[in-house]
Amino acid sequence: MEGFIHQIISGIATGGIYASVALALVMIYQATHHVNFAQGEMATFSTYIALTLINFGLPYWVAFVGSFAISFVVGVIIERLLMRPVANAPVLTSVGVFVGLLLIVNSVTGWFFDYTIKQFPSPFPDKALFGGFVSGHELGSTAVTLVVLLSVYLFFRHTRLGLAMRAAAFNPVSSRLVGVRVGWMLALGWGLAAAIGSVAGCMVAPVVFLDPNMMSGILLYAFAGALLGGIDSPLGAVLGGFMVGVIENLGGAYVVGTELKLTLALVIIITVLTLKPSGLMGRKVYSRV
Amino acid sequence: MTALLEVKGLHAAYGETKVLHGLDFAVQQGGVTALLGANGAGKTTTLRALCGMVGTQGEINLGGKRIEGMATEDIVRLGVAHVPDGRGTFMELTVEENMRLGAYTRPAREATADFEKMFGYFPRLKERFRQQAGTLSGGEQQMLAISRALLLRPRLLLLDEPSFGLAPLIVREIFDIMRRIRDEEGVSILLVEQNASLALAFAEDAYLLETGRIVIAGKASDISKDEGIRRSYLGY
Repeated sequence: MEGFIHQIISGIATGGIYASVALALVMIYQATHHVNFAQGEMATFSTYIALTLINFGLPYWVAFVGSFAISFVVGVIIERLLMRPVANAPVLTSVGVFVGLLLIVNSVTGWFFDYTIKQFPSPFPDKALFGGFVSGHELGSTAVTLVVLLSVYLFFRHTRLGLAMRAAAFNPVSSRLVGVRVGWMLALGWGLAAAIGSVAGCMVAPVVFLDPNMMSGILLYAFAGALLGGIDSPLGAVLGGFMVGVIENLGGAYVVGTELKLTLALVIIITVLTLKPSGLMGRKVYSRV
Repeated sequence: MTALLEVKGLHAAYGETKVLHGLDFAVQQGGVTALLGANGAGKTTTLRALCGMVGTQGEINLGGKRIEGMATEDIVRLGVAHVPDGRGTFMELTVEENMRLGAYTRPAREATADFEKMFGYFPRLKERFRQQAGTLSGGEQQMLAISRALLLRPRLLLLDEPSFGLAPLIVREIFDIMRRIRDEEGVSILLVEQNASLALAFAEDAYLLETGRIVIAGKASDISKDEGIRRSYLGY
């Protein structure tokens, strides 16, 4: 029983990582109607930036915020330079750009920071809490993730800029007609998604260790979470991310074993797409024939 | 009277397809100008051309400033509010958020005061304030679209078929309120309508479009009295 509870708690902790990446995926999806395959690699790159800043001798949280800010700028630049020219291109062109971006970011990361596996520090105490149910890092990273998700929610709900960014994603034509600079809103969305990814990367790296392919599995879980919650629903994606974390942990411990855990992500993806393509909280899309 | 908007030799095209072939028209300061014509005559395209939403050639002069070729957002920021065809509602957002977006270019405090004025014109928006805009009826969405445009405090209001798809009673209600708006806000209006009798009763000047060209221009009252024009072009 204790083992079971522990599995659920650590599932929630990893679920927070998936939820953040899932949210980043959904933000880009809402604005572009495509899934950014490079979201995971961008997060890995951000984590290396944080590690570099830490190696410069900066305190952990300064490096954390620095990586957040740099990732934001990189996200904006990627949108302006790479995505803007293909904004009205056919689907396959965009998919090609996303795949290319994935390969480029992955290779650049390996080239800059080499392919060896590196340790990444955790800012939280390395001891078991609450009678061994939860580790300091699990509790701390869940708290950080929740703070980030809540801030993003409050930003989109209660600020002018957040409202304008939502409007630009939903209805670019009408947004221009009220004076919203739609192009910049999309770029800010990319920046924010990249910055959220940097948080996810920094929180997961102490557990899985840092290498250029660190996020590729995590992106799959996050994608499963986003689909499970509904690819066009930010709240759904966050809940889906947490659910996938728990499902993955329980399934790995009691059903398929740790070696086949990644299969669970694919099972979830296929199950959702077959049975309920709109996800738990997504909008159903009807088309007239 | 001076013209707020003056258009000379306006051409517009969607890619290769030319839609407007050299329009000349004007909207007087504080006046209402109607743009009439059948389906496909180029009325909606004319409004889109004024807002930089389609590629154009020719001169567009707004209060002494040339605005052709400018980005839509920048034209809007010069005080041009466009109630587009299909009403342009932000379906996923609430009525309140739709109205906040209307006032996006202005300080938030001013906007909140203006909300009350909009509720004066359209009390139903107050009842629906927290509701998702996609759940509103067509008439209510039209009211919301007009409010969103007015919250910009525009100099020029472009209205694309405000009567479209609405019950006659609602149409009358909306046009009655538009008269109040014209008198109280001092805004100049360019109105596109298929319902010619309605538009001519509201406007002072009118232009008749046929396949991308202006075929008749004049005072609205003269045009509505001319039986020949009425029979051959306006169909009533």
